Amino acid sequence: MTTKYTEDHEWISVDGDTATVGITAHAAEQLGDVVFVELPDVGKSFSKGDDMAVVESVKAASDVYAPVSGAILEVNEALVDAPEGVNEGPENSGWFVKLKLADPSELDSLMDEEAYKDHAANG
Amino acid sequence: MTETFTGHKALELEVPLLFEEGSYEKAGVDLPTPSGATSRLGDHAAAEPRALPALSEPGAMRHFVRLSQKNYAIDMGIFPLGSCTMKHNPRLNERIARLPGFADLHPLQPDGTTQGALELIAELQRWLCEMTGMPAVAMSPKAGAHGELCGMMAIRAAIVARGEEATRTRVLVPESAHGTNPATAAQCGFSVDKLPSTDDGRVDLAAMKAKLGPDVAAIMVTNPNTCGLFERDVRAMADAVHEAGGYFYCDGANFNAIVGKARPGDLGVDAMHINLHKTFSTPHGGGGPGSGPTVLSEALKPFAPIPAVVSGANGYTVHETEDGAFAQSFGRMTAFHGQMGMFVRALSYMLSHGADGLRKVGEDSVLNANYVRVRLAEEMTQGYPGSCMHEALFSDAFLKESGVGTIDFAKAMIDEGFHPMTMYFPLVVSGAMLIEPTECESKASLDEFCDSLLGLARAAKAGEKERFEQAPLHAPRRRLDETRAARKPILRWTPPGPEAMAAE
Amino acid sequence: MRYLPLTDTDRAEMLNTIGVAHIDELFSDVPADALNPPLDLPDHKGEFEVERHLAALAKKNHAAGDGPFFAGAGAYRHHVPATVDHIIQRSEFLTAYTPYQPEIAQGTLQYLFEFQTQVAELTGMEVANASMYDGSTATAEAALMARRITKRKKVVMAGGLHPHYAEVVRTNEELIGDTVLQAPANPGAGAVMDLIDDETSCVIVQSPDVFGFLRNIEDLSAKAHAHGALLVAVVTEATSFGLLKSPGSQGADIVVAEGQAIGNALNFGGPYLGLFAARQKHIRHMPGRLCGETVDADGKRGFVLTLSTREQHIRRDKATSNICTNSGLCALAFTVHMSLLGGKGLREVAMLSHENAVKAATALEAIAGVEVLNDTFYNEFSVRLPKNASAVVDELAAQGIIAGVPGERLWPGRTETENLLIIAATELTTDSDVDALATAIKGAL
Repeated sequence: MTTKYTEDHEWISVDGDTATVGITAHAAEQLGDVVFVELPDVGKSFSKGDDMAVVESVKAASDVYAPVSGAILEVNEALVDAPEGVNEGPENSGWFVKLKLADPSELDSLMDEEAYKDHAANG
Repeated sequence: MTETFTGHKALELEVPLLFEEGSYEKAGVDLPTPSGATSRLGDHAAAEPRALPALSEPGAMRHFVRLSQKNYAIDMGIFPLGSCTMKHNPRLNERIARLPGFADLHPLQPDGTTQGALELIAELQRWLCEMTGMPAVAMSPKAGAHGELCGMMAIRAAIVARGEEATRTRVLVPESAHGTNPATAAQCGFSVDKLPSTDDGRVDLAAMKAKLGPDVAAIMVTNPNTCGLFERDVRAMADAVHEAGGYFYCDGANFNAIVGKARPGDLGVDAMHINLHKTFSTPHGGGGPGSGPTVLSEALKPFAPIPAVVSGANGYTVHETEDGAFAQSFGRMTAFHGQMGMFVRALSYMLSHGADGLRKVGEDSVLNANYVRVRLAEEMTQGYPGSCMHEALFSDAFLKESGVGTIDFAKAMIDEGFHPMTMYFPLVVSGAMLIEPTECESKASLDEFCDSLLGLARAAKAGEKERFEQAPLHAPRRRLDETRAARKPILRWTPPGPEAMAAE
Repeated sequence: MRYLPLTDTDRAEMLNTIGVAHIDELFSDVPADALNPPLDLPDHKGEFEVERHLAALAKKNHAAGDGPFFAGAGAYRHHVPATVDHIIQRSEFLTAYTPYQPEIAQGTLQYLFEFQTQVAELTGMEVANASMYDGSTATAEAALMARRITKRKKVVMAGGLHPHYAEVVRTNEELIGDTVLQAPANPGAGAVMDLIDDETSCVIVQSPDVFGFLRNIEDLSAKAHAHGALLVAVVTEATSFGLLKSPGSQGADIVVAEGQAIGNALNFGGPYLGLFAARQKHIRHMPGRLCGETVDADGKRGFVLTLSTREQHIRRDKATSNICTNSGLCALAFTVHMSLLGGKGLREVAMLSHENAVKAATALEAIAGVEVLNDTFYNEFSVRLPKNASAVVDELAAQGIIAGVPGERLWPGRTETENLLIIAATELTTDSDVDALATAIKGAL
């Protein structure tokens, strides 16, 4: 299982041809207390970079983009009633969606943990 | 401190919701007894009255007077919200707006019975056109953002008339703009492209020119801008956008700085809304109603909305149709013909000040802001170097080492008896604090304000973090939990359910 | 100049502190040839001079209270208790800003919460916002909200929708390339049903409609829902909520209304008060401000503006609307008046208004050549005259009677409606007003 990161602060953890996606701990901290999460419908397909979900704090709203192309297999329903889950475990229990990868080669363009750490520190 | 039995603290009185103290049995009004005939209602009548309790007249008076005492207001002290122009609201305006000849007038009465009201609108139009140097003004917009919509709708109609609606789809908006600008552009079907700022807080003219092209419908630029600075390249911007075939929408939110001193019509503007509730003193009323007449250039005049007041041989009439001089109108944007109550107040204010007084308004508003800027610069960090217009912008740089945030600083101002300034806007400055004192503050008031802010800045730098984090301590409420409000929204009162009743 | 506190001595000292010699140095960024333009306007005036000038203009108008008065069509003359006008002139309400600092704005926030509760209850909906500009713009916003929810681009409007409202919807929708269909504006016609299809985003229906007819919202809701569309119910006379079944109980998804009739004067068309209510599940698609309950750091109940991420100052070009105000003080007037009335008092106002309209209709039906068109009505109905109604209205105005709103005023140039006169009554209408109207109309025919 490998985990990759995007410039827009999503993480994607890949296991075979399925992947779990969420926002990074850095993003969750920047956003503050999350008050609302809007998740896509299961079955819907996205291309890399599409708006896929929305995450909101009191003073900010951010789109969550699809890190790679794929179809939604499952969404984290628990976040709908308890959006604070994003702050409590951004990179584990606070995941957003599970995807079926359309083109695994797209993962190559994403950052590894080291590169993302640099990116987050500088931006 | 000992809690009181009532929860009240002397003059600070707790107020239940009116639903918690009202009665379903009696009302606070006396009415003739209805006969009860409902013959012409068919089967549309509700069986029961709505489940809303009433207060007696003295009960209502207490409820709302006690509530009022939990508000800060201009009549109590300085209200230095940047870009909001919280100036004195003369009570003469209120008296005149309540004359039956204006207040008790129906919008669809025959024009022959409303000549004085139509004349007033025409007189206000003359003042607005003269003050802005523009040939026309649309009176129906209900607020500033509605005025923006009016201007952008006129621009879109002009583009449609040229047959370019499929290609001119992009609007350039500075990153420092009010959120209404991009929201309005999007509401008109345009895409929004951000314009960067220069290091001195103005629109980057070179960057703007580079973005212009045959697909640009308009630029939307606030002048003076949201950093409180005059866009000194305004004419060059106007020329460039016109040369590219686009229009210049000017956000007039900050018109107070230049009223009587400079006219948008002399600077190349095609459309600008005027907030009567800012520059022309109509009350903000806790968030509205506003009024946003929108001045238009010769190029956009044919596309102005209906209805409009026109003058003819038989006096004034309300023109309601898209024909004649209005054949190219973009249509109607509201029922009836605008915020008459605000028109009366604004004209009353303009007549009171006159041309000489309005020029003094612009001058004193700029003088006051610069005085505050210079005095506060002793401890606080100016957003951009140099003098400002009617509002002074500071960043949170002076707080960096202290651990005190802009919001904490603002909340500490509440304990000092002030309404805070605009916080975290514009977005181009870190932890922005935007202070607009207006021309209505005396020097003594400004000195008290500045002394207090300098004291707070020193306290923050001296490490008195707790006084800021705890603030406000002396307001009717401490800091409110906005996260809780947003996570599980409770937007209305609901009667206690059977379980809650049983528990009591 | 009485509104400016600075003295010339202050000004000189302040310029000195700033370090400039002349005020115009602070305007140095303004192009020199544009600074201090000559203005062809008079200089300042004292309070009584201004009052004299404007009072003279006011006197030139025939105020609604100057004689028998029967105009409605979206603006209604009801009694406003003296208490209401006193409360809205309290400095702390009148001269406050939007409650961005909730610790020192609980007065405004609590009444907004009370207002939202009253509007939700009156409309029969789960939630309401803190108000819009007026009923017409609220209707256009409802259409845009339905578009966001259904992701469809076709609006269907009933023929009885106030023509100004229909035009405002059209102006807003056509900007973004949507389709807007309206059934013909004829009294009693129900042709809107046939326009609803699977591409319809919302059906907009007004009841009582502009002709005064009470419409069956339930059947329209059912048909709209069967096609996946939303039902937007429009009410232009807010006192009708006191007597009629709520739109919410009849399946409406969004209810918008003109709230002026409660607590607010006629004001020649504004400022008015847009009411906007919806279902809880759609709150994040709503436009406008929302006030919500919470607690403060000491655990005390308090109120804040909430769900702001929908709004322009955060969402910018992705906001649900560009609106950045509400009709705050008009909402306060509404809330104070409603708190005096309660559900019981509002029902009495509505009953009296209905009864007076019935009296007027009965009197006019007795005149040869005058036909009352309504099978049902609340406090407003349409009559067909044997001649152009505008001419009759003008003739009666010369006698000091405002007879109603003629069809030509609402549908200029349309022959089908030029003989129509729309007549409204309220609790303020007296029997002698009705007699005067009937006598004068008889004389004019």
